[in-house]
Amino acid sequence: MKYKVSIGLETHVQLKTRSKIWCGCPNRFGQPANTDICPVCLGYPGALPSLNREAVRLTVVTGLMLGSTINRRSKFDRKSYFYPDMPKNYQISQYDEPFCTGGHLNINVNGGSKRVEITRIHLEEDVGKSIHFEQSSGVDFNRAGTPLMEIVSEPELESPDEAFAYLTALKQVLLYGDISEGNLEEGNIRCDINCSLRPMDSDVLGSKIEIKNMNTFRGVHRSLVYEIKRQIGILDNGGVIQQETRRWDDDSGLTSIMRTKEHAHDYRYFPEPDLMPIVLTSEEIDAMRSAIPELPADRRNRFAVEYGLPEYDAGILTSDRDLADFYEAAAKISGNYKAVSNWIMTDMLHYLSEEGIGIDKIKITPEALAELVDLVVQNTINMPAAKKIFRILLESGGKPTAIMEDKGLAQISDSDSIDVFVEEALSSHPSSVADYRSGKKAALQFLVGQVMRLSKGKANPRAAMESLKRRLDSGDPGN
Amino acid sequence: MRSLNALPVHELNQLLQNGECSSVDIVSDVISAIERVDDRIGAYLDYDGEHALKEARASDERRSNGCQLPLLGIPVGLKDVLNVRGMACGCASRILEGYTSPYDAYVVTRLREAGAVILGRLNMDEFAMGSTNENSAYKPTRNPWNQDYVPGGSSGGSAAAVSACEAVAALGSDTGGSIRQPASFCGCVGLKPTYGRVSRRGLTAFASSLDQVGPVVRDVRDAALLLEVIAGHDRFDSTSLNIPLSSYRDTLTGDISGMKLGIPKEYFIDGMDPDVKKTVQDAIDKCAELGAELVDVELPHTEYAVAVYYIIATAEASANLARFDGVRYGARVDGRDPLDMYGKTRAGYLGDEVKRRIILGTYVLSSGYYDEYYIRAQKARTLIRNDFENAFGTCDALIAPVTPTTSFRFGEKGDDPLQMYLGDIFTVPVNLAGICGISVPCGMSGSGLPIGLQIIGPAFKEERILRAAHAYEQATDWHNQKPEIARTAGMS
Repeated sequence: MKYKVSIGLETHVQLKTRSKIWCGCPNRFGQPANTDICPVCLGYPGALPSLNREAVRLTVVTGLMLGSTINRRSKFDRKSYFYPDMPKNYQISQYDEPFCTGGHLNINVNGGSKRVEITRIHLEEDVGKSIHFEQSSGVDFNRAGTPLMEIVSEPELESPDEAFAYLTALKQVLLYGDISEGNLEEGNIRCDINCSLRPMDSDVLGSKIEIKNMNTFRGVHRSLVYEIKRQIGILDNGGVIQQETRRWDDDSGLTSIMRTKEHAHDYRYFPEPDLMPIVLTSEEIDAMRSAIPELPADRRNRFAVEYGLPEYDAGILTSDRDLADFYEAAAKISGNYKAVSNWIMTDMLHYLSEEGIGIDKIKITPEALAELVDLVVQNTINMPAAKKIFRILLESGGKPTAIMEDKGLAQISDSDSIDVFVEEALSSHPSSVADYRSGKKAALQFLVGQVMRLSKGKANPRAAMESLKRRLDSGDPGN
Repeated sequence: MRSLNALPVHELNQLLQNGECSSVDIVSDVISAIERVDDRIGAYLDYDGEHALKEARASDERRSNGCQLPLLGIPVGLKDVLNVRGMACGCASRILEGYTSPYDAYVVTRLREAGAVILGRLNMDEFAMGSTNENSAYKPTRNPWNQDYVPGGSSGGSAAAVSACEAVAALGSDTGGSIRQPASFCGCVGLKPTYGRVSRRGLTAFASSLDQVGPVVRDVRDAALLLEVIAGHDRFDSTSLNIPLSSYRDTLTGDISGMKLGIPKEYFIDGMDPDVKKTVQDAIDKCAELGAELVDVELPHTEYAVAVYYIIATAEASANLARFDGVRYGARVDGRDPLDMYGKTRAGYLGDEVKRRIILGTYVLSSGYYDEYYIRAQKARTLIRNDFENAFGTCDALIAPVTPTTSFRFGEKGDDPLQMYLGDIFTVPVNLAGICGISVPCGMSGSGLPIGLQIIGPAFKEERILRAAHAYEQATDWHNQKPEIARTAGMS
């Protein structure tokens, strides 16, 4: 039987704030265990939360980027359950009045675009981290109190590929908005999956299986491939899927049962009495709206139209906000949009992936790239020289003109200087001259190459070819 | 001359200023009082006399250098629910055994800034749950007026210490009457400020939407003085409001002529102790004599207050006390797995009343019961709040008893918690409405136990109830009465 797959994702995003959500402890990764802690994030007796407004702003900005309705009034609630990594044994979260409601995210699948509806976006606190030793366990509370934004999608994703594309697109938006570091290795983006199958002709969603605590996009894809296969196996054999929560084991590539519906938690949500409801004025929301950047999809379209770039170039250049900013700055200075794009798309991206670094670590400036493009257009340097200069710019920075002068890479275009090399090439290779004159026109390319060699690559190849042709065609052998 | 430990703080300030006594003298008198009587009263869980004397000496030194602060060199006792850096804070519970606080509560910071000497931790009902101090995990506190009787609770240690002259001033906390009721039972003055007037930071939470810290003291002037010190906006407590403070002592004019005092008929119920009824009625007449205008008011939803209170307070408590799990601090009983550890730790180290309330609170928040209990209670809470708002439309403050009875014997209420909870009927509505109330001594029962008068004011109108309470107090002598044991404590 054929089934329709419905996947929804609850994505948890650690926000890029300087301090934690309820206290002044730094929000950072990689410190020694239990050093970024205080009575508040440890849930000591009498400690009270005090809301970090920047976390609210980042949540609202995310909602604005995803087209959510920003709720004028929202509040926090306590979600109760006992777990050693949870300092208060309740998590301060948002139950029925989140900051953002609705919204959507456009994803790219199979060359097409699909709109995925967002249910809600709310803000909560991250918990600590359990560490298991051989004989005992410990908890590191450095992460406890990190602002955590949860983005809930509608169950509209229909395949592991779509789930992957959704997460990729979401991450891009989060990086564009400077919402999160977006570092998966550091657990900045984690998600819970729900997945259900139903016969093609059914309108009713099947029983929901939840898979908890996924921390790689690839893991999400793999676990879904496995889970869908598993569920099809059960359904095809006449079995029934029971609502349950499962965990994914990345090593074995299997999901296993964590708890059944009967053992589902009763979280006993109730309004958090330690925090007042948050009321956002339209002025505040407008101020946040004015600060949101252009979204990747919009920018891609604009690049194609405004700079006349192919869709492919526009897509790659806008895949990363810093890269797009770099392109746009260089293109604006240069005016030669396609040439700037070519340099970035080929040599620069190749260099970045070779070095394994991000655009933020690169030495070349947009001004330098624009200048380099200009030198090529003006015929001041030829392409091989330009490539040499570009490499130096990537590795050490600097000004193209200065590097050109320093390394003597200026192109030789004046006919007197070119003619000296041309004559030497003709006299050294009489057989090639003869070949050309006997109709083997390919010999010309060889002779151009000789001129370039003799000029140490500095000769303008076009000028060299013209000089050669003039002499060969006029019958003047030059000797 | 009376010993220093029997004087109100404002008189001690006068003596200190005139050089007639030193802070060391005061602290020494208080310590010797504790040594003489506390084995019979049980007000203190712990105190560090040596440290207090050291601080007293430093205070005297500062004073000699010209330093002037509202509580410079005055020893203050703290209910065991307040965090003091480097000190235990046990909430009279065994589950916090071994816990040392790493930080000062906001009110403790304010006390220190005012020059106060932190003296010790005062006994209470475990996690402030109770009305008798019988629920302390360590020892009961006894009523200084008659040691067969309870001191009230949950700030019973604070009230008993002040009453027995083992402290000159103390802080307590009031969630449903826990300052006013023991103050009434022990013959002290107890003030519950408006919700949001005093920061709750560092006050171990019982019910977050109801808790307030307040003074337990000898007279109304001291209540005004201590409120001036501890009140104010704390930006790290988002329920603390940024509303300007009054100079409360300046409002104590003794004049209440023309003040409209409302008498809520629901606060004079059948089955009330006749001594209480008559004494409070006499106090009301006294206020009329002083020029106050009496008006009858209605608070029609009063009958729901106790039920509403025990739903909301326990719901919040069930979450607030979830943190006592043995993982990060306090007592721990190891188990097979975390769940087993929580169960064993909490079963072994929390008292019966605390468990009862956690279970009740967990129940009212459970799926399927939430709407029926918690949501309905919140709606009723709004009605109770509206009752007060309506009443304050026709009067400036309300005048009423604090409790339906005077103190009672240990064990007298048996093990019927409902019977005990009903004693809160006149105090819990004030917490539910988030307004302020004060208890002042207004007489003695036939069996020689103090009776308190409650004056209730609108939100952030502490100056009004302080002025009324002060005028009444100054026209009577009840606040000067001392229990017999105070003589042993060094009052002669």
